[in-house]
Amino acid sequence: MSASEQKIAVKDLVSDQEVRWCPGCGDYAILKTVQKVMPELGVPRENMVFVSGIGCSSRFPYYMNTYGFHTIHGRAASVATGVKLANPKLDVWVVTGDGDALSIGGNHTLHVLRRNVDLQLLLFNNEIYGLTKGQYSPTSKVGTKSPSTPDGSLDMPLRPCTFAIGAGARFVARSIDTEAKHLASVLVRAHDHVGASFVEIYQNCTVFNDGIFDHIKDKKSAAETRLVLEHGKPLVFGKENEKGLRLNPIALKLEVVDLGEGGASEGDLVVHDETNKVLGQMLAELKSPEFPVPIGVLYCSPTSPYHTVVYEQRETVRESKEAADLNALLRDGHTWEV
Amino acid sequence: MSVAGNSTAGEQENKVVSDVVIRFAGDSGDGMQLTGNNFTDATAVYGNDLATFPDYPAEIRAPAGATFGVSAFQIYFGSEDVSTAGDHLDVLVAMNPAALITNLKDLVIGGLIIADSDAFTDKNLARAGYKSNPLEDGSLDAFKLLAIGITKQVIAVVKPYGLSHKFAVRCKNMWTLGLTMWLFDRSRDEAIAGLRKKFAGKPEIAEANIEALNAGHTYGETAELPSGVDVYKVPAADVAPGVYRNITGTEALAFGLIAGSQLADLPLVFASYPITPASGVLHTLSMQKHFDVVTFQAEDEIAAICAAVGASFAGSLGVTSSSGPGISLKGEAISLACAAELPMVIINTQRGGPSTGLPTKTEQSDLNQALYGRHADTMLPVIAASTSIDCFEVAIEASRIATQFTTPVLILSDGYLSNASQPWRVPDVNDFEPFPVKFETNPEGFSPANRDPETLARVWAKPGTSGLEHRIGGIEKSFDTGDISYDSDNHQKMTDLRSEKIDGIAKYIPEQEVAIGNNSGKLAVVGWGSTYGALFQAVKRSRDAGLDVSQIHVRYLWPLPSNLEQLLSSFDSLLVPEMNTGQFASLIRSSFLIDAQKLNKVSGQPFKISEIQEAIKAQMESVK
Repeated sequence: MSASEQKIAVKDLVSDQEVRWCPGCGDYAILKTVQKVMPELGVPRENMVFVSGIGCSSRFPYYMNTYGFHTIHGRAASVATGVKLANPKLDVWVVTGDGDALSIGGNHTLHVLRRNVDLQLLLFNNEIYGLTKGQYSPTSKVGTKSPSTPDGSLDMPLRPCTFAIGAGARFVARSIDTEAKHLASVLVRAHDHVGASFVEIYQNCTVFNDGIFDHIKDKKSAAETRLVLEHGKPLVFGKENEKGLRLNPIALKLEVVDLGEGGASEGDLVVHDETNKVLGQMLAELKSPEFPVPIGVLYCSPTSPYHTVVYEQRETVRESKEAADLNALLRDGHTWEV
Repeated sequence: MSVAGNSTAGEQENKVVSDVVIRFAGDSGDGMQLTGNNFTDATAVYGNDLATFPDYPAEIRAPAGATFGVSAFQIYFGSEDVSTAGDHLDVLVAMNPAALITNLKDLVIGGLIIADSDAFTDKNLARAGYKSNPLEDGSLDAFKLLAIGITKQVIAVVKPYGLSHKFAVRCKNMWTLGLTMWLFDRSRDEAIAGLRKKFAGKPEIAEANIEALNAGHTYGETAELPSGVDVYKVPAADVAPGVYRNITGTEALAFGLIAGSQLADLPLVFASYPITPASGVLHTLSMQKHFDVVTFQAEDEIAAICAAVGASFAGSLGVTSSSGPGISLKGEAISLACAAELPMVIINTQRGGPSTGLPTKTEQSDLNQALYGRHADTMLPVIAASTSIDCFEVAIEASRIATQFTTPVLILSDGYLSNASQPWRVPDVNDFEPFPVKFETNPEGFSPANRDPETLARVWAKPGTSGLEHRIGGIEKSFDTGDISYDSDNHQKMTDLRSEKIDGIAKYIPEQEVAIGNNSGKLAVVGWGSTYGALFQAVKRSRDAGLDVSQIHVRYLWPLPSNLEQLLSSFDSLLVPEMNTGQFASLIRSSFLIDAQKLNKVSGQPFKISEIQEAIKAQMESVK
């Protein structure tokens, strides 16, 4: 049995590098879940490639005992595109953050998604710049006080999943750093999807933005503040599943309703359909505290990934041409003999 | 035009000349580039040596008759070695007043003007700034003038083909081509075959154009022409036997990259973002998918180079291409490739700058950017192509150096080389020495920091190789392990190592030779890049006139050839002509503490031979 055929153990994926995130950082939890999930994916370790940009999250590749490339700020998606184009067999993962992917690298995130490059893009969203010491980010709420916005930030935040669906992503999901089981299931789904898979992971920054997701993470309140998405199931939430989301067809928006006597029945509720882009967009827009925050797969509607169409087109061209011969190419067209 | 004597019996009236410069000039929609290219092909088949200079405006279709919309194509052909597109025009084809007024200054006294008198309307004359019609007011008396109502003739000739007025008028460039082909005894066969191929789906347009071409030729044969205007013979050049074709720098670069990747035994991933005048390399390679080539038009310059870096990391030869402004955007990623020690090729087809500058004009002003235009100590090999043909070998050299030394290599070309074509004796690619890349496959003792003790090249282990899983990146790496390291001594060591590796490449490039002349003497004209032809001709002519001057043309701009300092020191004086404000001269001074006189031109136009000759003469006098 060759090395690549042996079952990978979690410990095989742990590199020999000392992890240098702050104590309590959400990144630890994500790293652990990724290391746990990877052996289940049926991919030889030598084919796994982690590409990152710059930021706290972008240190991730150093801690994975796979191939890894820690590149430059905002450009991981572009480097990863080149990796996948050069060798489509590789299983490419991009690890990025809200600043890396949506501020300096916004353009590349847009294009890697619309091109549908077959990779998993994990966006650790902590709504703050960690590595540069706490400035507000493009996902920070209005009014965020930071070293560069001592009186509160003024610009409207971007909603990563809305951005991704708008950019043409065919797989958009959301999970939470410390929800190992849920995150693992989302990562498996992201990997199963062939094409660009966009995963927003709520990640707590203990130093600069501690606790911003507590209302969603707190076990006591989670049932009220989260909407766990399941394909084909109605959109229900609450401790007793006593609430749900219904489509108001006049206002063309989702609304929260109570289920049971005097309220709505389950048949009134929207049934989650991952392949429905409009529903995906509505779900991506739901915000606390008016709505529960959806986690899980918001949208999944696969189409041909970029490398497939690139190489198929090349094959089509090859079928119509003679075998490649450079000497013939140099002599192609108009030549004369002296 | 140099008169070489009269031809033999039977062709008594044909004047024999050794070389001719023609410029076709008209509106950017007049088809002057197509006319020029057809004339070039016919001239190549005839057996003349030649060089071309297409010069077109940045506007795709400028308003008709505007001076800023004049598009020109110049060809210099002759029976001897031709290495530039020529200084002064012997023949100017002016399709309208704007084309005449903007180009007349380059025509020699006694030169021939062929003008479409139908285009010299009051409106066009006014738009070009003429107060009266120069075809009629005697202001062109110093020249031979052939003013013909080309437009009306063409409309009449192509009438049977039922074209709209717009398409009928467009045939006038072929009429003009026919006339000039008669004038220089060129064969129309290639042009006719080319038109049938180009308009394969529209036979009526093809036949109308061929009719116009033939009509122009017939006009020359039958019309009463002014005295002195007759068929000229330019005897074929004496060139080495072989298969020839015309090639532009753009094509030569693209084909050279395919050759380079094949010699390196690597797939080629070419990632680029469109920019004038560099886009042609992307277009050319996009048509070569039957080779092991993937082309990628990225969303911007940064994504383009990053995709190339990613491709190299994954085991391909990653290449990106742009012009100065785009190279600026790529700077950070070039430094990443330097830090990660990945092989890749970056092409800069230079244009006039700064900023948007003169996008369609030529300049050599990105040398400093190529050498130093990045953050931190990130020297990398820089090599420059000197002719369109040379682009082929330079692309191979860049591929060799990049893969053998695991470093990005920067190629400098320019707008002139990218568009200009030259006859090329097509090489056999099997004659080039292969330099196959050996990827690391052995996990025993593997570290991403391993390097070749001779070349200092870092080990290249590509993803997909079992047992060699490793991480690289932009953070400083430990010399011993390749792991990230903030150790101060290690950073010193790594910085020294990176520069030692690049400097060491000087041992693996050819020594500098003299292009023409001697290894020592009074004066050396030292150049690089596309000025080669003008410098060569100027030095040749100066030597013929008895001056002790030699030409040194440098391809390897960093690291510099190991004998260059000694060679330059063997001359009493150096003249460094450049299409910038003196960047290479400064490099010579700072590298060798040798004085070098600058000769600079940044007009968007190549040097004229005469400009260099005058500078040579002046410097010879001053060092006496």
